[in-house]
Amino acid sequence: MGLLEVAGPIMVGPSSSHTLGALKIARFAYKLMGIPEEVTFVLHGSFALTYKGHGTDRALLAGIVGLKPDDTRVKDAFAIAQSYGLKFNFEVSDLGEVHPNTVLVKAKRGNIYNEVRGSSVGGGAIKINQINGVDCDLTGEFPTLVILNRDLPGALRGILECITYNIANVYLRRVNALEGLALTIIELDSNIDDETLKKLRTNKYVLEIYNVKSEEGENLGIQ
Amino acid sequence: MVFSDLLTIWRNTGLEFSEIILAQEMMETGRDPVAVKRSLKYLMDVMLEEAQKNFGKPFKTLTGLTGNNAAKLCASKPRVLSEFNWVATVTALSMAESNAAMGRIVACPTAGSCGVMPAMLYALRNVKEADNEGLLKAFIVASGVGNVVAKKATLSGAAGGCQAEIGTATAMAAALMTYYFSHNPETVGHASALALKSLMGLVCDPVGGFVEVPCVKRNAIAVNVAIACAEMALAGIESVIPFDEVVEAMYHVGRSLPESLKETGLGGIAATRTAQKLVESIHKTLNSGSET
Ligand code: SF4
Repeated sequence: MGLLEVAGPIMVGPSSSHTLGALKIARFAYKLMGIPEEVTFVLHGSFALTYKGHGTDRALLAGIVGLKPDDTRVKDAFAIAQSYGLKFNFEVSDLGEVHPNTVLVKAKRGNIYNEVRGSSVGGGAIKINQINGVDCDLTGEFPTLVILNRDLPGALRGILECITYNIANVYLRRVNALEGLALTIIELDSNIDDETLKKLRTNKYVLEIYNVKSEEGENLGIQ
Repeated sequence: MVFSDLLTIWRNTGLEFSEIILAQEMMETGRDPVAVKRSLKYLMDVMLEEAQKNFGKPFKTLTGLTGNNAAKLCASKPRVLSEFNWVATVTALSMAESNAAMGRIVACPTAGSCGVMPAMLYALRNVKEADNEGLLKAFIVASGVGNVVAKKATLSGAAGGCQAEIGTATAMAAALMTYYFSHNPETVGHASALALKSLMGLVCDPVGGFVEVPCVKRNAIAVNVAIACAEMALAGIESVIPFDEVVEAMYHVGRSLPESLKETGLGGIAATRTAQKLVESIHKTLNSGSET
């Protein structure tokens, strides 16, 4: 937290936790896979109770179609989502022992399906705490690689060897023992270059890779 | 960094206070002072631009509990309020209502308190013809004051009550006006302390949990508190208790406030019979209403 976080960010109202935070969680899912064809937002706790009065629904739709937190079109997100032909759905459910402002984003495009669960933890800050069933603890401020890989001995080393960037955190779990699949989430200090991404894409252990980039000033709405 | 440390540096060096704050920021976060200054200017410009655009307009807010207040005050000729106070009050209402209508705001320091700072900036620029450079320096100083509160206490209504949100916004706005006219950081400390003391104990009690009632009108009151505190400090009135200690006291008060008075919508005016009836009907309308 510094001067700029105190004096900002620029956002659309009304609430940093219910609007800004919600938008950022959905936007993380957008950065992961682009605009989906179908999305379901499962709202938990305080999100579930007050999402309409706080514009949380519009903020989530705005985020999933890639609008930034300070975009004045956020309030028109329903119309924008429809113009993309996005099928959307809001559900209210108890997601268990999670922060009261939590949403699970289930997004589908073609044969790609992803689930991102995030909590809005105050002041517009978020925690992405689960991706495709794998627990993690991301602030969304740093570039993140989400990799579906073969669960073989040496796989993690094989993947990490491609990355010469400073790695902040690694989360990893076997997601399908039968098919021998694991999910690896790597939080980095800086965006990776195209060359590294290409190396990773062609890595023998890597099946799918999503590159969630961070954009400078994005979290403050500063250009 | 506490405020008195900043004052010590200023006394020892005599440097421009806004530059001291930027240099301190570099020590703490590693951010380039030139870039931070540019970003702060951008934040200030957005506030002024939005204030200009929204001044005195009606808004369709999410719950409909507010939305006509800025327009009403704008249409009414003030009886006793000075032009400066009137412009500031209309701006504060306009920005807080724009926020409730999903307009673009600067959360300075929070979304709920987003009307206070632009109100002071806009009144200074439009009524006092403040110059941009002077305004920017004062805005940096105000941000520094807010940063002291963020570091030593909290800016969140859920953690510290409204005194932490609107209270801090008021201390920042008082700092802004005081620095603009005096260039004296000591006077700024007194103005900010007076402001935060005035709103000490203010609870966070939004009706239904929505950032509209009492938030919108509280922004408008707060900027007037800030103006009065700055005016007093500029006249040489000192706060008996220094700013840092007021911040600490505010933090302790915030901690001892019951949860019902910290953004839960369960206490204060949110718990009144009228509020509960309103919330019931809002939920009915929102749940039956079609989305546009
Ligand atoms: S009452 Fe609560 S929600 Fe409203 S402005 Fe104050 S701190 Fe923010």
